Amino acid sequence: MAQKKFNWSKYSQLMLPLISILLIVVFNLIRDPSFFSVEIAKNNVGNTVLTGNLISILNGASELAVLAMGMTLVTAACGGQDISVGALAAIAGSMFVKVLRSGEITVGSIILAFLCCCAIAIVFGAFNGTLVSVFKIQPMIATLVLFTCGRSIAYWINGGATPTVESPLINAIGSFIPGVPIPTPIIIVAICGILFALLLKFTTLGLYTQTVGINQRAARLNGINTTLIKLLSFMILGVCCAVAGCIGVSRLGLINHETLLLEIEMDAILAVAIGGNALGGGKFKVSSSVLGAYAIQALTITLYAMKVPSTAVKAYKAIVIILIVVIGSPVVKAYFSRLWARLKKSGKGMEAV
Amino acid sequence: MMRNNNLKRREPLTDTQLLLTITICIFFAMYGLAMLVWGGGFLRFQQVFDMLNNNAALIIVACGLTIVMIGGGIDISVGGVTALVVMSCIVHMNNGGSIVTAALLAVGIGLCFGLVHGFLISYLEIQPFIITLAGMFFARGMTTIVSLEPQKIAHEGFKALMKTKIEIPWLGYVAKKGNLIPARMEIGVVVALVVLIVVFIMLKKTRLGRGFYAIGGNSQSALMLGVNVKRTRFLSYLISGLLSGIAGFVFMMHTGAGNATNAAGAEMNAIASAIIGGTLLSGGVGNVIGTFFGVLTLTTIKAIVTTSGLRDPWWQSITTGAMLCFFILLQSVVLSQRAKKKAKAKELLKE
Amino acid sequence: MQNDIVLSMRGIGKTFPGVKALSNVDFTLRKGEIHALMGENGAGKSTLIKVLTGVYTKDAGQIFIDGVEGEVSIRSPQDAQKAGISTVYQEITLCPNLTVAENMFIGRGNDVLVDWKGMEKKAGAILENLGIPARPKQQLGSCSLAVQQMVAIARAVDMDCKVLILDEPTSSLDDKEVEMLFGLMRDLRSRGVGIIFVTHFLEQVYEVSDRITVLRNGELVGEYEIENLPQVELVAKMMGKELEELGELNREEKPEEDTAAPIYEAHGLSSAACTNPFDFAIRKGEVNGFTGLLGSGRSESVRAIFAADRVTGGTVTMNGKTMKIQKPIQAMKQGIGYLPEDRKDDGIIADLSVRDNIILALQVMKGFFRPFSQAEAEAFADEYIKALEIKTASSETPIKSLSGGNQQKVILARWLLTHPKYLILDEPTRGIDVGTKTEIQRLVRKLAEEGMSVTFISSEIEEMLRTCSRLIVMRDRHIVGQLRGQELTQSNVMRTIAGGAD
Repeated sequence: MAQKKFNWSKYSQLMLPLISILLIVVFNLIRDPSFFSVEIAKNNVGNTVLTGNLISILNGASELAVLAMGMTLVTAACGGQDISVGALAAIAGSMFVKVLRSGEITVGSIILAFLCCCAIAIVFGAFNGTLVSVFKIQPMIATLVLFTCGRSIAYWINGGATPTVESPLINAIGSFIPGVPIPTPIIIVAICGILFALLLKFTTLGLYTQTVGINQRAARLNGINTTLIKLLSFMILGVCCAVAGCIGVSRLGLINHETLLLEIEMDAILAVAIGGNALGGGKFKVSSSVLGAYAIQALTITLYAMKVPSTAVKAYKAIVIILIVVIGSPVVKAYFSRLWARLKKSGKGMEAV
Repeated sequence: MMRNNNLKRREPLTDTQLLLTITICIFFAMYGLAMLVWGGGFLRFQQVFDMLNNNAALIIVACGLTIVMIGGGIDISVGGVTALVVMSCIVHMNNGGSIVTAALLAVGIGLCFGLVHGFLISYLEIQPFIITLAGMFFARGMTTIVSLEPQKIAHEGFKALMKTKIEIPWLGYVAKKGNLIPARMEIGVVVALVVLIVVFIMLKKTRLGRGFYAIGGNSQSALMLGVNVKRTRFLSYLISGLLSGIAGFVFMMHTGAGNATNAAGAEMNAIASAIIGGTLLSGGVGNVIGTFFGVLTLTTIKAIVTTSGLRDPWWQSITTGAMLCFFILLQSVVLSQRAKKKAKAKELLKE
Repeated sequence: MQNDIVLSMRGIGKTFPGVKALSNVDFTLRKGEIHALMGENGAGKSTLIKVLTGVYTKDAGQIFIDGVEGEVSIRSPQDAQKAGISTVYQEITLCPNLTVAENMFIGRGNDVLVDWKGMEKKAGAILENLGIPARPKQQLGSCSLAVQQMVAIARAVDMDCKVLILDEPTSSLDDKEVEMLFGLMRDLRSRGVGIIFVTHFLEQVYEVSDRITVLRNGELVGEYEIENLPQVELVAKMMGKELEELGELNREEKPEEDTAAPIYEAHGLSSAACTNPFDFAIRKGEVNGFTGLLGSGRSESVRAIFAADRVTGGTVTMNGKTMKIQKPIQAMKQGIGYLPEDRKDDGIIADLSVRDNIILALQVMKGFFRPFSQAEAEAFADEYIKALEIKTASSETPIKSLSGGNQQKVILARWLLTHPKYLILDEPTRGIDVGTKTEIQRLVRKLAEEGMSVTFISSEIEEMLRTCSRLIVMRDRHIVGQLRGQELTQSNVMRTIAGGAD
């Protein structure tokens, strides 16, 4: 027996998003062989930067990828999804802008602003988490509250305006750091990914979350505080919302509570589903969800490249979602396995004849 | 043998009745307060009719959603479907279609959505939230495909229909100049009230209606009791789709214009109305009368917020969210208290 | 007398993959009798009921019902209802949000409209006729469980059932409610309904039944008139031992010192599930057992010790110090381990690997910020896979793909890894093969010799006698006796379980 056999089962979950990405890539290469070419160009500020569809996919999916990480945790622990992530990101973004505008923008004030917006996002995340874990309300319904009024709270924070923040520093976060050819949001995603990996490695969060999601009663009998784990997952998602909100604000240099990360909640849930994570909770793989996020962005960019108007992209995405959940539904699976068995049987019957 | 059946004893309220009572009380308390504090518009009947005129479509949508929620499901595509119906019908009529075919189109689109949702949810057993969310996206996307530009109705017959208002002089008020201004009600309100009554009777009096309560209360038990659970669930989504179609038509009669953002947030308002009206998210408990009062309560809150000087647009949805949160918690607490009380009573009996 | 028979089942057989659940079982039900169906876990009584109600299809045998020509084929619950067989389950299968009257009539008939007045009048008449204290307009959920059960029965009766199956109807009822239910059962008997009564409660059987059929290991032991079968003999039949041979089965000598101080002591302990407060103590290195039939409260008691259900009262002393044990984690920190009775719902984390399942409890005790490294976890898992001879492809394999016995060993490994001072094993040998059973018994003795205190629960008395040095006997949720030393014989245990009825 080989000493270190490559363990396929450990990575099988990554297959679904990888295949999705591969399909989109192949489709695009057939349609336009130069679709994925990456070029080096000078942008209007004079930086040497990378451009191309590939970069814009990776760059554009940044907020989604960060949210997908947190959403994976919530899904795994609670067996439900948070539909208020877009609204929460808008709140966090507004806080970010409000603190930045209160003084001169320096590296220090950006860090302070980021900490403030993390704090407010954690508070709202904890609010959602409390409804879910203490009052035992289904996650989607509990987060409906914030979904309904979150963007208005964001609006209120900035007193009903859509203020801008202009500073080369903010610009550096939203697009490029001078001298670095890779868009900053991609770097932020990488940092978040590393932080998540460290969090899962140096705490037992992964084990606890999966245990709570799979068998809550057994988790309790093994001494796990199930309420706390659920609450924690929502608070971590809150931090993810804060990061996504800050990226979104920095890209545009302003906060628009109505349009910032609009309808991203559906994409985040979809990323988790494409990542092969069970929407009913349990085992999860954050990396798989992140790949799912890139698959979605690739699909979106492809649709744009095919001249589909941005507003109509939703309709196509909806069809993809329906297809995925229909294929994944236990009833359909059972039907096909029965059909397969019958085919096999009749095949054997033919052989016998 | 106990013979207390003969005694005319008042039954304790069922869960449905309890939550309904709470809602109605809160509505009247709130409206009464508004009349006392701000007077003015709140003292006129026209205020109520305005609420109805502006929310006829919402009432219809919320009725459909209430049925789905009583059956233990959820349908968040309703706003999207409404918008799609509005846009499609206007484009249809502006291109020479008649009112009748437009109405058929509205009903047809609604039924199509209901059919697909119902099939996927009840026969393929997929989570309703995901399916109807996808349905909402599809409908919103399709709306922009039908027409990206805002459309205004140009059909003369329909314009006449829009302007038709039912006047009720004895509920009117005397304006400053001394002439009587009658209360005005749009045709959409009549449609909404008819839908409300039909749905109410269906839920109360038909086998199907009671079936919705049964599958929402405990679908496993309902199956054992001989209810066709899958078909009942399917029909709940079908009816919700149909009502979204009708709501789209009514919405069009109110605004006369189609826009990609029509009925934006209608699904959340409808869910909020149903919840405020005492429909339980877990299913099995609820009533369209409650939903009706839910819509009125929600509208009253908004009216109060505006009248009390908080004119900034964010206050409306913040108060809506707060109300929603309040009612979700209220339900959770009221029902768990009831369960506790029962358990305690049993323990006392033991001792 | 042939006309008296409403239901007869002949030579029923049912096989599940790997298990013979029923083989050649006969069952006869007469008009107007209450017929108790008895048997311990895995005896096949629930399989027999499910065959009769169409949940399972039988592999062999025939079913005849009075009034139906020839053999009846029952393929679904609907078929069973049409044939006049109604079942009332332990969990209420009615809708709590509807009214009593609706629950009695929903899903019947084909009218489009509901005739509330007529329905309520009819329901009222039936309820009054049967003496059920419920009002037609009342919401079902506001009735007590007993009344809900009675409403289910009323529905069945109104549907012209000839055979009424009551599957453990009394397990969540209190004494008064049970009395009400029995009144209704007697009433129905006098109306000529044949009732099959499945229960664990011996005294209840003797209170209402006319006849008893005993099953064991999927086979028919016999059918008895109630007068001809004293309670202690019934227990013997269920356990599979004749009374005469019981006395001889004496156990090997086990040392016992009364001098050692108890390691764990509880006074007046009660929990949400175990409402009768009880006292309990265990010494270092002692193996004691809670025995009693299923539903006697033995599991609820040990769950209270581990705080698995909400603890409602009592004081706990460990090693002479008063402790507060309100949550499982507190029990674990005090060195208590608990292997739950319900392996699937309370024990395994189905989708996780064997390794994660093994380290779980120790990991929780170690703390959130101090996870085991891959290598450490691997080492623990390998150690216990080897020590307990767990048959698994690797430590990465999801636990759900292991056999029941091996799953149980994994859970056992989970608790052994925490090196508890006091280990509670609730039915560790249920549903696993004989080889593994003896392994576990041997392991328990070994652990005790090494100084661990163990509480061991099993449905098989022989097994208990072999492993325990002291037995606490429970009946109907009360401790009714303690046996130790020379008192530990099978006949003694059974007499205590059966109680002073004869």
